[in-house]
Amino acid sequence: MEAERLMKAERQGQDGGEVTDERLLKTGCHAAALAVRSARVDVVAAYPITPQSSVVETISAMVEEGDLECRFLPVEGEHSALAACAGAIAAGARVFTATASQGLLYMHEVLHMVGGGRLPMVMANVNRAVFPPWALLVDHQDSLSQRDTGWLQIYVASVQEIYNAILQGFYITQEAQLPVMVNFDGFILSHCASGVMVPAQEVVDAFLPPYEPLWKLDPAAPSSFANVTATEYYGKHRAMLQRAQQEAKPIFKEAAARYRDHTGMWDGDVLDLYRTEDAEVFVISMGSMAAEVKLGVDDLRSRGIKAGAVRIRVYRPFPAEDLVQVLPDGSTAVVLERNYSFGMNSGILAVELKSALYGQKNVCIHDRVMGIGGEDLTWRYMARVVEDAITGKEATPWQPE
Amino acid sequence: MATRIKDLPAEEVVLSGNGACASCPSTLALRSVGKALGPNAIMLLTPSCTVASMGVTPQMAFTYPAMNICFATAGSSAAGVVYALEAQAMKGRLQGEMPTVFTWIGDGGTYDIGFQALSAAAERNDNFIFFCYNNEAYSNTGVQRSGATPAYAVTTTTPGGKTENKKNMPLLMLDHRIPYMATASVAYPADLYDKVVKAKGIKGFKYIEIFAPCYPGWKFESKDMVKLARLAVRSGINLLWEAENGYITHLSGPTKALVETGAAPRGLEEYLEAQGRFRHVMTSEKKEAFLQGVEAGVREEMELLKGRMRI
Ligand SMILES: Cc1ncc(C[n+]2csc(CCOP(=O)(O)OP(=O)(O)O)c2C)c(N)n1
Ligand SMILES: [Mg+2]
Repeated sequence: MEAERLMKAERQGQDGGEVTDERLLKTGCHAAALAVRSARVDVVAAYPITPQSSVVETISAMVEEGDLECRFLPVEGEHSALAACAGAIAAGARVFTATASQGLLYMHEVLHMVGGGRLPMVMANVNRAVFPPWALLVDHQDSLSQRDTGWLQIYVASVQEIYNAILQGFYITQEAQLPVMVNFDGFILSHCASGVMVPAQEVVDAFLPPYEPLWKLDPAAPSSFANVTATEYYGKHRAMLQRAQQEAKPIFKEAAARYRDHTGMWDGDVLDLYRTEDAEVFVISMGSMAAEVKLGVDDLRSRGIKAGAVRIRVYRPFPAEDLVQVLPDGSTAVVLERNYSFGMNSGILAVELKSALYGQKNVCIHDRVMGIGGEDLTWRYMARVVEDAITGKEATPWQPE
Repeated sequence: MATRIKDLPAEEVVLSGNGACASCPSTLALRSVGKALGPNAIMLLTPSCTVASMGVTPQMAFTYPAMNICFATAGSSAAGVVYALEAQAMKGRLQGEMPTVFTWIGDGGTYDIGFQALSAAAERNDNFIFFCYNNEAYSNTGVQRSGATPAYAVTTTTPGGKTENKKNMPLLMLDHRIPYMATASVAYPADLYDKVVKAKGIKGFKYIEIFAPCYPGWKFESKDMVKLARLAVRSGINLLWEAENGYITHLSGPTKALVETGAAPRGLEEYLEAQGRFRHVMTSEKKEAFLQGVEAGVREEMELLKGRMRI
């Protein structure tokens, strides 16, 4: 740890006093573990899977070394991991888990339980292509196929943002009473070391108050959780879940603003916009490719194309109103996405964008599925695909550079 | 000194007006369990007859805080509750006596879909009591076969009678070398009570399996439920024992004489005769061979137990 510390940074804290942040060189997985430590998580139940394993390993090492006061529950599979998290939340704890790909798919039944049961927690999902055939590198099929489980979903674009989003996630989950999934790209973010600013603990504590459960399993005040219910109540529960998702939007914005006030860091709120003010062509994407494509936007601009980048940072709830605001009538959107909506001849994101803009804005939407199974997406390639799209050409096929 | 039935506490954790069948063995057993656990406990349930009969929200038939969980997850969900209590105690947010965490699970949620998570919790020695009430079928969904259904029994997915033997779950749990485990019977409530009291006082993983004859599932008269459970014990079908760390340490009720003195099992034929699920074989020419096979199985089981005893 000491050797990797780049520097300490002194700055003025929220209350005017001096605080000492740390600047570290860490991988995305390690940054996730650091966020868990900063959030003073009570219980972590998790199961290893590439490329997430070092999140679990780092957390267990922190617990072993007394660096993190937490109970680490080494379960025998991901279905159990999330079930254990649900039990721990119901008993009043602040809870975290991490997974990827098959692990997330294996959790599916319990994802619905935690989402539908309004159990507040944060999960990191390291995006990885799904089986078959086996593939280890990134795409977004795993988490997007869990879209309708009631979880809030964030997609981040940098190692620093992994740390930031997990901490914000703990704030959001508490306020929204909905679980938060923080998604980051396998290997590109999980395994590449990058500078991470870890705010002083007192700064984090001021941002994130201690966990106060609204209810818990308590013999002194017995209640039942998720017991059989009459149809009329069931429908009400589901409608409340739908409403809670919509009501979570301002909470994301509030969390981002609060976080900036306390830490000085900003990754965008529900959207992360780049050179969009006067743009005519909007490149819309998620995850690390959305950071890379900013360079492509510069390139397109240097060649006279008025491009801007829109990174969808919060995917659930879908930021429909924000997109309507950002995209002017008559503009063009090129969606670049790492997933398929099978049977729709499209990616999932483009379908959602069309649905969000329908009847609101007249935007020409192109969709390009790319980067599947970890195809490396350089800004040069993405800029070329955008140019192909707006000039009506077939997309240039991807080739390793 | 073993507790006598008239000395059991008067407290009831199962409230009247619940949706269980008349003479439901699981509900009856839970009453004895509750008397032993006392009020400071947290209950977890997987989909089963218990869940179907515990009342419809906002009403509930149990006095415990009760969490409904996914079918396969009794072991892991309960572990999560335990770890959360431990974490909060460690951080000073939870004071006083820790609640006893327990799961109330059918044989389906134990022998079959829940086996993996159960085995893992036992291996980790997580601090809770796993109760399995064994009615030898998926009763709630209409009496389909489970890994606990004995050979020849008719269920809705073994209409010609089950062709495989049940798995030996108690011995599988014995081989997890957990601090405490016991088999029990709904017909011996004081024995069950004592076992739960003992389990409650031991830290680590505890497993208690309760034999629970289900009259709609097994097709016998509801008034005979306790009688059948008693016959199961006397005939050696349901052997009553306790074990600590992989060794059997105590035999109780009629099991003691059966195992220790080699006394002849009693009432096997009566036990099987009373159940409609065996009628197809009990009324056929295969009856004698079937009876002999079941009795041989009982004797073999007792021999197996002897090898694992340290009394
Ligand atoms: C994952 C899953 N699969 C199937 C079911 C349907 N189901 C509900 S209860 C049950 C059988 C329960 O059997 P057991 O555990 O023996 O309890 P019993 O009904 O006998 O009380 C089944 C198959 C379910 N709820 N969840
Ligand atoms: Mg059953």
